[in-house]
Parts: sequence; structure tokens; C-alpha cells
Amino acid sequence: MTAHRDRPPLPGPEPTGSRPTRPDDPPTPLSPIVTDVPAPSPRIPAAPPAPHRPLLDMTIDGRPVAVPAGSTILEACRAEGIDIPTLCQVEALEPAGVCRLCVVDTGGRALTPSCSTPVTEGMDVRTGSERVRHARRLILELIGSAVRMDLAGPELPDGSVAAWMAEYGADPTRFGPPAPPAGPDERDDRHAGHHRAPDGAVAETMAQPVKVDNDYYVRDYSRCILCYKCVDACGAEAQNTFAISVAGRGFDARISTEGNVPLPTSACVYCGNCIAVCPTGALMTRTEFEMREAGTWDAAAQTTTETICGYCGVGCTLSLTVQDERIVRVLSPLGHDITRGNLCVKGRFGYAFVQSRPTDAGEARTG
Amino acid sequence: MDLHIVAPLASPEERAAIDAVLTPLIGAPASGRAAGERPYEEAHLAHGGHEARSRRDLLLPALHAVQDRIGWVSEPAIGYICRRLTIPPADAHGVASFYALLSTRPLPPTAVHVCDDMACRLAGSERICADLQRALGPEGEPVDEGGATWFRSPCLGRCEQAPAALLTVAGDPARRTGGGPVSGPAILDLLRDGSGARPLGMDDAVDTDGGTSPTEARLARIRRSVPQAGRTGLRLLRRIGTIDPTSLEDFVAAGGYSALRSSIEMGPGAVIDAIVAAGPVGRGGAAFPTGRKWAAVAAAVARPKYVVCDADEAEPGTFKDRALLEEDPFAIVEAMTIAGFATGAERGFIYIRGEYPLGEARMANAIASARSAGFLGADVMGAGLAFDIEVRRGGGAYICGEETALFASIEGYRGEPRNKPPFPVERGLFGGPTVINNVETLANVPWIVLEGSDAYASRGTPGSTGDKLFSVSGHVARPGIYETEFGPTLGEIIDLAGGVRGGRRLRAVLLGGAAGVFVGPDALDMPLTYEHAAEAGATLGAGAIVVLDETADLLDLAARIARFFRDESCGQCIPCRIGTVRQEELLARIRSGRTRGSVQDELALLADLGRAMRDASICGLGRTANEAIASALRLPGVLA
Repeated sequence: MTAHRDRPPLPGPEPTGSRPTRPDDPPTPLSPIVTDVPAPSPRIPAAPPAPHRPLLDMTIDGRPVAVPAGSTILEACRAEGIDIPTLCQVEALEPAGVCRLCVVDTGGRALTPSCSTPVTEGMDVRTGSERVRHARRLILELIGSAVRMDLAGPELPDGSVAAWMAEYGADPTRFGPPAPPAGPDERDDRHAGHHRAPDGAVAETMAQPVKVDNDYYVRDYSRCILCYKCVDACGAEAQNTFAISVAGRGFDARISTEGNVPLPTSACVYCGNCIAVCPTGALMTRTEFEMREAGTWDAAAQTTTETICGYCGVGCTLSLTVQDERIVRVLSPLGHDITRGNLCVKGRFGYAFVQSRPTDAGEARTG
Repeated sequence: MDLHIVAPLASPEERAAIDAVLTPLIGAPASGRAAGERPYEEAHLAHGGHEARSRRDLLLPALHAVQDRIGWVSEPAIGYICRRLTIPPADAHGVASFYALLSTRPLPPTAVHVCDDMACRLAGSERICADLQRALGPEGEPVDEGGATWFRSPCLGRCEQAPAALLTVAGDPARRTGGGPVSGPAILDLLRDGSGARPLGMDDAVDTDGGTSPTEARLARIRRSVPQAGRTGLRLLRRIGTIDPTSLEDFVAAGGYSALRSSIEMGPGAVIDAIVAAGPVGRGGAAFPTGRKWAAVAAAVARPKYVVCDADEAEPGTFKDRALLEEDPFAIVEAMTIAGFATGAERGFIYIRGEYPLGEARMANAIASARSAGFLGADVMGAGLAFDIEVRRGGGAYICGEETALFASIEGYRGEPRNKPPFPVERGLFGGPTVINNVETLANVPWIVLEGSDAYASRGTPGSTGDKLFSVSGHVARPGIYETEFGPTLGEIIDLAGGVRGGRRLRAVLLGGAAGVFVGPDALDMPLTYEHAAEAGATLGAGAIVVLDETADLLDLAARIARFFRDESCGQCIPCRIGTVRQEELLARIRSGRTRGSVQDELALLADLGRAMRDASICGLGRTANEAIASALRLPGVLA
């Protein structure tokens, strides 16, 4: 099963292993077992050479550059150190090209989404023209006027939405004060092609109650920009569970389980891979949600520790967010060439035993 | 994929409706699992997964089958379709909830969809809506069990019959019929009658006579939609009203299939050369050279290739394709077959909007007749050519007229457009090279083949060759479909339709529909060609001409267009999804006089919005969603 949206093929994984290492890691000692590995048998063919990717000549902001064929415009620009804001682009998933924040000018009738467009020979890309900046400003104003963006950004690789708003001079309040939030499940019940006529006094928003229906994670669709990342991660691009999809149409489009049933009834397996790719905090672990509600989530006091998941033989890399000597969140590096950021329910949520204290479980548990 | 279906088993009636569509195509459920059971002997056994999954394109037809039988689509019904086709139910729910003509909420069997778009609005559709609201309650809310409900509808493509409505009565068989002019009391009488026999508006009679009434009587009725019907000198409309559209014999006797025979004699290369030389451009609105499309698909290496006919005519004010589908369906079958022959495609699809039940029935009949007479199938006309066509029904989504959204819809996904490139000629339907043409574009093909590219190109102008169908509606004496060669001015076309009704003064014309622009009386001298329209900053679109006299409320029409785009945006990209909401809110403020800042401030905001939507939206819907509104506000006197 493949998603219908056509996308250009992504370039293959980088040849170097991308397991993050910390600068203070001691040099890894070679164990005798490793050194004793015999030379590869001649019967086992060597790995094929990495495919040759010819260089294409193009210009970015007037600068001539040579870019490997198959790269996207975004990759080419980032390789040149040019910052292009993105919301719906996540390195582990194929580009959806829907937030349109990354548009650049390639001289066409409309602007081009850089995240999903492959470079072509002779392409002339403008990344910061007035036309591009206008489109980005309006997109930031529109999304800011409809969606809670206060958690979008701080952990994005390239800056925060608040910083972009300032940079592009975006003012989301231009469209009027926000309308009152929708009732529980009210947005999930809307019929495509029909809506209540607005009076224009207030700006309609995505605001709605947080969906809290299970112990693992919450869904705050007031923060959802419909970037399709969670759907892709749940479906054909990672998990193959297909528990969620986009339902409805237009502004009433929403992420939904089958028939909008609660998660425990749905096909969800709680791998949490959707949380890992959500760029706006719409999907959040229950722990993080409750700590934020209680005001105890303190990013400044958190450290990250990498380890290997002990549950099975796959050996996924875990990236533990630790605050006050307790694990508060488990991620896996999106760039990791084995996990690509994905975990299962055990790796992502099965950490309570680590911090089980004698006081928690009685005197029998001492270790 | 491990399907996880939580819904209880569908009712016997729902299953019967679904099986009636699926079983002839993919066979009966291969295992108890597909029927929702898991008998002991099948505990470790499942059949049909991959095979069934490859027929995801049957999802929408199966959803339609349930909607037709029950009146709405329940989660158990979706679950049963998912079992039969191995589709995740969340995906299927996403598809079902995408279409306006499918309901995932319980509805009574009978629904009336009242058009309140451009021409119907001018003809008093608001009064009908008020009548229905009084009698049946708010739209979409059934008053009682077994009753009826009503909806406002975007343009139903019956502007010449305005005000029009579409009636759907679920059952076996379901009744789906469109007609006009309608009135509130007449609709309510029809609902109370319950016999199912009462016609909906005057033109509904066309739906029920099977096309077999005497020619003169047919002609008289068809002239209400196609006033030129039966006249000589017509190319695209020449058979309209003069043949029985359900009869292959009539079609052949009237010159049908001679173009396919000629094409086979000429060979594929010569056919494409003729189309390229004749120079027609696409009549669906984008005006892309048809010959270049065909040549690109013919040259494509990838297989299989497809021919798709876009009969999702949903642009407000446009109804020309409806006449071709209803009254000359074999011509479309023949033209698609020529396209398949010329480009090397063996499968064709025609995607007809759900609001055109008669057109769909006539096309389905034409395809079946052609197949049984050897004009479709494994060996077309004994020439060793394999080509066949399937009909697909849209679900009430304007966006599916966008080519890549249409492909997604046929494939069983949400009708969302995708980024281009790649273009359909490289990667179209099911990822294969695809020719996609509008109905009217295809209607030009037999003519070009038979009369030659020189004769074709001698009509019209060098930049706009051949003939064009114009859908003229609104405040004219004789609204309808008119054929002319390219070149007459806007004023001449309006005169052809009898001029402005009642001797009133012309106020404005909406050219090209909701995705078009409003022009003032100063545009009457503009020749209606693609090049002249582009020069004047206007667009022909698909040839919709909605004429507005001095009584028209342009702000009201602009607000209707804003509502249209708010409803019809697929929701994928931010500029369109939120931009269409903001411009509707902005127009509401302008209309009520409660602007944020001055009117000039609002206009500046609208211009800012429009520019970003035009530049940054994925597809033509978002890129044009601001044009008509902005042009209406620019007309003198609108913002007095």
C-alpha cells in the first residue's frame, strides 16, 4: 500500500553512519571478537558501490552551485547554508509539500515548494525575493490565526515559529480576534461541503478540547497544522498500522481514527511514532502533557541520554529526555539509519520500571 | 498490513448493496474473514489480501452503493467494504468524509439538494431554501425518522433551468434525478407524495422517457437547454436532439464511428499529427494544447497508459458537458477510443460528477452497447485494438475536476491534488502516463479526424482554433448552451442568447465561473478567444458566461463564491485551506459594514491574501479562489 501523493524519490541515506556521538565519548576500544572477524568470503559479493549521482549546475540567489542530482531544492539550499523555514518537512519522512512555507521562486507562474521539488539542470532559484517573503509572511499569519503555535518551533532544527514570525513581520491578529473554541468532537462531525456562514467578527480557528482518551498520549488538535506527518508515520511510511487518516475537507479537515472512535478502540498500537514527527506539539505524551499542565515541564533542566533499548534484539537507539533524575520522554534520533526515529510501544513508553523506587512498589523492589 | 476493524458487522442490506458492486468484479468473499467472521478452519488462513488491495479503486463505487441504498454510509458499512477490499478503515473513513454527496451521519432516505449558486441565486433559490427550512428544519437535519432532509448545493450544472435541484431517494433501485425550474411548494408536494413518480421540475421528464420519444418532441424539449439543437452548421452539437442517445444504431447512422474507422486507417502517428496541426487546446479551463498531451503520452515508454475523460463539470455556471454526456454519449466513447488508439492506452475511465445522474446512465449505456457491438473490448472493430472504458461517479467535490485530484479520487484516495511536476503525461492515473481531456475537448476529436486539421484550424483564430461551447445563464432571454467558432465578442454571444432579459441594462458578466472573473459592460467588445481574454486580464475558463443585469447584487454573488471556495478547498495546503476561510470572513465584514479598519484596509488585506494564495497554493483551486471576488469588488459601484 502506498500513499497516492506522488513525490520525487529522496536521495539515499548518507554513507556515513548517523548514530549521534557525544564529544566526550571515549574512543571505542576494539574488542578481540571484532578484530578476529575473518576476511569476507569471496562467495559473498561486496556491497554495490553507492550510486553515482552526477552534479547539476544551478543558481541559488544568483550564486552558481553544483548539486547532486536527485536532491531537493531545500537540500541544495541548506547545503549552501541558506535558511528556509519548514513546518511539514521531517527528515525521516517523504515531503508532503503542504505547509507551503518553504516556497521559493523558480521563475514559474506560481512559487515552488522546495521540500518536494527536485533540482533540475540550469534551475534558477530565488529564496528571499519579495514575492517569496510575502507568501511566507501570509502563510505564517494564516497558520498563526488558526492554530496554537506556541509549542511549534523550539525543537525544530532550524529555528522557531516565533522567530520566523518576527523575521517575516507576520501579524496573525490581522484577521480579527479568534472565535470561541469548538465543542468536544464538534469538528469531527462536520459534513464536507457545508459550513455555518461566518459574520466576520471573529476568525475561525482549530481550537477545540484536547482529546485525552488513553494513558500514553494526548491529541491536542488545536495545535494541528494538518502536515500529514502523523498519518504518514502511522501508515505506509513507517508503522503500517493505518490507525489515522485525514478526514473531512477544507478547513474542516482533521486527523481522525475510523469513525472518530477513541484511540483505545481504534487500530492504534501506541508506538508513538506520530508523536515523534509532530512539529507543533499537537501530539504529546501524557507525561509531557500533564507536566506542562502542572507547570513542571522545564526544558532548560532536561538532559538527553542515549542508550539502547533492552526489550528485544533489534537494539533501537533510545534518546531519553531526563528531568530531575526521571525519564520524562523517550525519542529515537530521526536521522538514525536503523530506526529512522521509530520505536514500538515498549521502547517509547515502557520505561516506568527504570525509575521504580522502593517507595513506589514496596520493599520487594530494591534494585 | 493487519486490518483492525472495530465496527460491528454491516447490516444485510448494506452488505447486499456492497456485494452487488464488488462481487461481479472481484468475486464473492473468498473467506469468512472478508465477511466479518473467522471460522475455526480459517484461523491461520486469509485469502485475497493482495488481489483485493489492488482494487482500492472500487472504494468510491462501493461507498456510493451504500449511500444509494441506505441514504448514508455507516461505520459498519465502511468496515465491510474495508474487509472486502483490504483497506484500513481510517483511510476509508477519510475518503467517505471527503465527499459532500456521501454522509457518514445518519440521514433519512430522501434528500433534496437545492442549488443556490450563481444562476439559481439570480432565479430565487433563497426563497426555495427558506420554504424548505420552514418545512423541514435546518439543512442536513432530518425532522423525523423516515422523513426527508435538504441541503444547499453548489452549482448543479443546470443553470439554464434555474432554479434547479437534485433529488436523491435511497433504495433499490435508488432514484437520483436533477431538474428545474423548481419551487419550494413543488418540492414539498413531491416529498409528501411519496409515490416517487412525480417529476422534479420540467426537465425531469427527459430523465424518465429513456430518450425514445418522437424526435420532434425530444427536440423541442432539448432546445430548452440547447437552443441551436437541430440546426445545420454545428460541429460539436450536431447530433444533439436529432438522435436517440441510447441507440448505437442511431449514432452510427448519423456518422458515428466513421472517425474511429478513419483513425485506424490513418495509424496512431497520423492521428496525433492531425490533432497537433489542428491545434485545439483543452476546453476544461486550463487551455493546454491537446496534441502535445497526446504526443507526450504516445511517446512515453512506461506501461500501462490510460485515457481519462474529465466529466466532473463543477465550475459554477458551466453545463455544456452535461448536454454532450446526456445527448451524444457515443461520441465521447468514440473519441476516447481514438485517444486510446493514438496513444497506446488500453484502459479508459470517464469520471462523471455525481450531480449528473442522467449523463452517467447514458454514458454507462453507451459503453455497454459499444462493448457488445465490438466497438470496445479486446478487439475493437476487428482491428486488433484493445480498449475499454469504466465509468466512475464523483461524490460532490469540485476539486476532483483538478486532474491529479481526479486521479486520486478514481484510485480510491481522498480527492487531493498533488504537486506537479510530474505531470499526468508522465505519471498520471495509477502512476502511468495518462491523457486526461475534458468532455468537450474530446468532442472535437472525431471532427478533426474526419475533416482534417486544415478544415478545423480554418475555424476560429490562429490562437484559438475550432468551435467553443458557451454555457450562457443568468439574466438573458434564452439561457442555454451555444456553439460558435472562436472569435465573436462577448456581446455577440449574449445577443445569441437573446440579450439581457426584460430590456434591462447589463451590469456585469461572470466569465469562466467561480475560478473566473467579473467583467463590466466595457468588456462586451472583447472577442471570446483565449488570447484576447488573457490580454484583457480575464479568462474564458470552460466557457461559462453568467450575465448580470442592474438588479444583481454583486456583493451577494461574491460572498457566494467565497463560500463556494471555503467549502470546496480540499484542505491540504495552508494558503487555500485557511485563506478561503479568511476571505469569506472578510467579505462578511464588508457586507455588514463592520469592517476592521476602513474598507480600504480590508481590500488591502484581501489583496495580500489573494497574492499569497495565487503564489503558494498547490493547485488551481487555491490559485484562482481570490480572482472572481477581487474582480467583483473592483467593479464600479459595488463598494459604494
